[in-house]
Amino acid sequence: MTAVVDTATDLPRPTTGTPRWAARIDAARIFTHVALLFLVALWTFPTAGLLISSLRDKDQLAVSGWWTALSTSSTQGVTRLPQAGAQIEAGGKFVIRGNVFGEDTNKTLAQFGLSNAEPAAAAAGESLPMTDGGALTVQRDGAYEWVSDTRFTHTRGPRVFYVAEIAPRFTLDNYVEVLTANGVFRSFINSFTVTIPATIIPILMAAFAAYALAWMRFPFRGLIVAVVVGLLVVPLQMSLIPLLKMYNGIAQAFGAEDGKTYLSIWLAHTAFGLPLAIYLLRNYMAGLPKEIMESARIDGASHFKIFTGMVLPLSFPALASFSIFQFLWVWNDLLVAMVFLGAQESKLVLTGKLVSLLGSRGNNWEILTAGAFVTIVVPLIVFFSLQRYFVRGLLAGSVK
Amino acid sequence: MSDILQQIFGALIAIAIALAGTVAYFWGSNWLLDKFLGSNTATGDDLTRRDNRRSQIRPWLFLLPALLFLSVYLVYPVIETFRLSFFDKNENFVGFANYLWAFGDGNFQQSIFNNILWLLIVPSFATAFGLVIAVLADKLWWGNIAKSLVFMPMAISFVGASVIWKFVYDYRAAGEQQIGVLNAIVTGLGLPPQAWITIPVWNSVLLMVILIWIQAGFAMVILSAALRGVPEETLEAARIDGANGFRIFFDIMIPQIWGTIVVVWTTITIVVLKVFDIIFAMTNGQWDTEVLANFMFKWMFVNFDYGRGSTVAVIIMLAVLPIMIWNIRRANAEEGTR
Repeated sequence: MTAVVDTATDLPRPTTGTPRWAARIDAARIFTHVALLFLVALWTFPTAGLLISSLRDKDQLAVSGWWTALSTSSTQGVTRLPQAGAQIEAGGKFVIRGNVFGEDTNKTLAQFGLSNAEPAAAAAGESLPMTDGGALTVQRDGAYEWVSDTRFTHTRGPRVFYVAEIAPRFTLDNYVEVLTANGVFRSFINSFTVTIPATIIPILMAAFAAYALAWMRFPFRGLIVAVVVGLLVVPLQMSLIPLLKMYNGIAQAFGAEDGKTYLSIWLAHTAFGLPLAIYLLRNYMAGLPKEIMESARIDGASHFKIFTGMVLPLSFPALASFSIFQFLWVWNDLLVAMVFLGAQESKLVLTGKLVSLLGSRGNNWEILTAGAFVTIVVPLIVFFSLQRYFVRGLLAGSVK
Repeated sequence: MSDILQQIFGALIAIAIALAGTVAYFWGSNWLLDKFLGSNTATGDDLTRRDNRRSQIRPWLFLLPALLFLSVYLVYPVIETFRLSFFDKNENFVGFANYLWAFGDGNFQQSIFNNILWLLIVPSFATAFGLVIAVLADKLWWGNIAKSLVFMPMAISFVGASVIWKFVYDYRAAGEQQIGVLNAIVTGLGLPPQAWITIPVWNSVLLMVILIWIQAGFAMVILSAALRGVPEETLEAARIDGANGFRIFFDIMIPQIWGTIVVVWTTITIVVLKVFDIIFAMTNGQWDTEVLANFMFKWMFVNFDYGRGSTVAVIIMLAVLPIMIWNIRRANAEEGTR
């Protein structure tokens, strides 16, 4: 780097020793590295936390921060031993056997005790005398043995408190659970059902309009362009009520209950995407070389031929940009889906599903983290694989 | 299962019909135009007349479907919402009563106050972070990776981002182990954990953080491109004159890209005015976090008062209006230079 500075500035080089500014530049560079690293970490860690958490064991997730995912966490628990009826007689002694963890076996018992105040009275493998007679021994794997010389007669099982360790464990269980038990899979399909047609339908319509606004001469052209630019920023909130009334009116005319169908939302998204589509494509098409158009005109080609034969194929990058925008925007939309598709369980898209999970399972972070990741994984794939087109569209759409 | 298959099948059919329909319309209408106003058989004046007529009609054939959609779904609703804002729940004309109600309503005032706060904080911080990251990243070999990571939240839905940050703000009672990063840091410093989302003003700021986190990537990409347009000679000259990094940043880079900064700022401002999902998912306006868009949604779909809902929508629209006019004038100026 320093060499570049030298040749570019054309300054006389110092003849002896290390130039003083070299040290200064290095310090500045290190500062740049550190500052950027800090900012990038700040921007990445919330998503990283979500992803790591969604892959953790749900018991661990509930008791320790995701940054401790690689260390063993400990948890306290309590279980009630069975009544006297569970005893068996073996070798002249009376025994009650079982496991304090029940079916759940990814825990390791560290200590146990007989009262809430002393959950760590004895270490695993040791014995504690019981008030109902005999002694209780609990092993590391949670298996316990309550042995007494006399027959058990208690009618209420005593409680055993314990401290257990949970070894770090990563699992896809949370994903299996949200996809099978919580209707997230259905919403996943619904999101695709909404998004794909809503992305494809506006493209051709916008392309024809954009070409007309870029290369054809006709009255009111300037006015239409101005309206499109204005509609770019009109809040969606302005459209919702009249459209809802209109849809309901049409639905009633056909005898349906309300207008909340996939067709309603496809058409709504198509229309809401059009201003950006026309604006982006028009800017792009207007930038195509004038000479090609004119020579084609002189050769007698009609606007229709020029558009379908030349402009449309040449506009591929802009079409790709818009498609990505529209895909991300429709996939991530909540408001339009809630208004035009409704909050019915079987019609919820992923964003709506996630909101409903936030309400009903607000403290089940294993459900929320896995559910959230399912909703963001598709846009992330689209984004990282097609980032180039996305950035290009962004630049064309806002800076002119 | 079968209804899922039916649904997928329905979507595929819809795509096919829509594509076939648009293709048929464009090709068909052009074919008809050329057939009935073709110039093969005509001569002289008639030919010129037909040529003119054709070139007068064709643009409108190209524009028709798009204009139809824009009129039905955007232009008409804007006018209709404006009209509805003067009517009550039962469609009786009430003049400015809805507006008077709004300005006297405590929740509305709260929304206005919060929206102003959002407008002051989000665009400025998002733009500032975006600019700083763009400048830093352009100097380093791993800058593109850094930019990709900062840009990533742009792809995440507002609801997804809300869950991500709700996890950061998670609260457990003092003494329990905190699983939210923010409270873990706070307790690590020896302070008591807080239920952040329920503490007024701070909770609004924490919701704003979510939008800043999303929008900084947008600002960064646009500003990074603008910075590349700053002539290298200018920067070189400043360096020779002994200007340090900060002087170059404030005295040369910022003035050079000022136009772009304003564009980024206004774009984010519009996003802020429309922000709905974050508040809806995180607090639904509780604990003094209400904003206009969520307030409007409540009047529309909880109280089913389309008049008052429309009034709030119109007020959002009025806030957007200056930027809209500015955009249109800028686009018109652009048109003039082409």
